[in-house]
Amino acid sequence: MRREGLLNLVLALLLLALPFAAQMLGEPFYVTLATRMAILALAAVGLNLALGFGGLVSFGHAAFFGIGGYAAGILASHAFNAEPLLGLPGTDQMPVIWLVAALVCALVALPIGAISLRTSGVYFIMITLAFAQMVYYFAVSWPAYGGEDGLSITVRNGFPGLNTANPLSFFLVCYAVLMAALVLMWRIRDSRFGAALQAARQNDTRVAAIGIRPYHIRLAAFVISAVVTGIAGALFADLNRFVSPSMMSWQMSGELIVLIILGGTGRLFGPVAGAILYVLLEFALGGLTERWQFFLGFILLGVVLFARGGIIGVLAGKARHG
Amino acid sequence: MADPILDIRDLSKSFGGLKATDGVSLDLRAGEIHALIGPNGAGKTTLIHQISGGLRPDAGSIRFLGQDVLGLGVAARARLGLGRTFQISSLALEFSALRNVMLAVQGRQGSSFRFFANVMADTSLTEPAMAALDRVGLAGRAAVPAAELSHGERRQLEIAIALALGSRALLLDEPMAGMGQEGSRALTRLLDALRAEAPILLVEHDMDAVFALADRISVLVYGRIVASGAVEDIRNNPDVRQAYLGASA
Ligand SMILES: Nc1ncnc2c1ncn2[C@@H]1O[C@H](COP(=O)(O)OP(=O)(O)OP(=O)(O)O)[C@@H](O)[C@H]1O
Ligand SMILES: [Mg+2]
Repeated sequence: MRREGLLNLVLALLLLALPFAAQMLGEPFYVTLATRMAILALAAVGLNLALGFGGLVSFGHAAFFGIGGYAAGILASHAFNAEPLLGLPGTDQMPVIWLVAALVCALVALPIGAISLRTSGVYFIMITLAFAQMVYYFAVSWPAYGGEDGLSITVRNGFPGLNTANPLSFFLVCYAVLMAALVLMWRIRDSRFGAALQAARQNDTRVAAIGIRPYHIRLAAFVISAVVTGIAGALFADLNRFVSPSMMSWQMSGELIVLIILGGTGRLFGPVAGAILYVLLEFALGGLTERWQFFLGFILLGVVLFARGGIIGVLAGKARHG
Repeated sequence: MADPILDIRDLSKSFGGLKATDGVSLDLRAGEIHALIGPNGAGKTTLIHQISGGLRPDAGSIRFLGQDVLGLGVAARARLGLGRTFQISSLALEFSALRNVMLAVQGRQGSSFRFFANVMADTSLTEPAMAALDRVGLAGRAAVPAAELSHGERRQLEIAIALALGSRALLLDEPMAGMGQEGSRALTRLLDALRAEAPILLVEHDMDAVFALADRISVLVYGRIVASGAVEDIRNNPDVRQAYLGASA
């Protein structure tokens, strides 16, 4: 446990140091890279609650990532064009956007989870995928916000007291949200709720036999998980100043799962380690070959065959639960 | 006489053509150990499943503490106070023994939607859990993951969990199986003391334990109760000797 704590600290500092080093070296592009790492990590931190702690392999979390993205895009475009949305003004303020993204994700995740969680195993994977595809095609065929072409965000949304157009400031916003989410997950993991959730993954018959309904616990976890991934989506849209249905594609859902497996399933900092490695690979290999995912496949194969615990598992050993 | 804690009437359950439970009536009274014996495949575990709520009977009634529980699921019946152990240990294997019991305390308190406080620092969970482990003799193994416990220790842990649930009645499915002599004796002493807290429906193949503990014995063969009564009556019942006890009596 202490080794894992140390490793987590190193990862957190590494990610924080990266953009500052980049700035000093006069390589501003690396700031963007670090921001991408932080945002993907945040999205995967959300998914990790369902997948890692809860054992719920959601293959549809890109839907929430995309919904968060569209929340940012739609609110910003209404604010920019001074057109009210459902009688309310749009907004270009991130905190409000995150709140809206969180609410919408929770509202969408509730029925999706309520239905999907009636199934388990492969059926759960497939039904979450099916729901995400429905959301994806809805976005594609909704012309008001760009349909297939997506929606641009003319000016990056703001944060009170900061100039978010400055890449380093924007990185710090993303990094702070990531750290806040990690603190939340850390508390949840060691809480009563977390105990019930993790126990249900290990043995749901046992959990029911002691009077706790696994279904309710899992549904709550699924919704919280979707909300965190949704906020990451809003940040991702602001990073790219663009949102399109591709954020909701099944490939995106798969990427999030891959991140978690690479980093360490069900480990607090697994998504962070996974995102750092993933973005580095994407950058290093992606520069060499279009088919960098081919090599990613090999790495993933290696992790699944020889290092089930991912990066965290290799460096910090097996998880111990009190 | 006071109403029984658990009252089962005319319960039936078929799997296809197989009548696993065939018109079973059975009750459990305060303070007693009621042993349920019978050959392999007689339907003992199937009966326990129906009482605890995992299996729906085709017909019959189950009343617990005066309440019809047939409409309730496993978790709801557990919250009412129906505790059970599993014939094949069913534990959260990655969790330590202590955390397995803490989860039961948590279930009893009905408070799983707390998201922030660390359970290990919560004495309202750790203390009762430790006490339950102590009662089954597992206190020294509290920090060991359930996966690393021996077979016998896992059975003890199952009992500790049922204790921590504050159950009003216990359904124990072969708690002695694979325990070893020493363990069986210790468990026999524990169950003996336990009956005052919660009556026990004890499914068990270990006849020494059954004869030492039971106030009443019911014999299940092919899903039917073929005999039921005091220990001496069952021991001397010729049908039972033939159907089940065979050489061991
Ligand atoms: N889910 C099921 N589907 C079909 N048949 C079942 C099912 N569960 C149990 N059975 C059958 O019902 C009968 C009773 O099984 P049960 O497990 O209740 O016996 P038991 O008395 O507990 O036996 P043992 O002493 O071996 O534990 C057996 O013939 C078994 O094969
Ligand atoms: Mg059995």
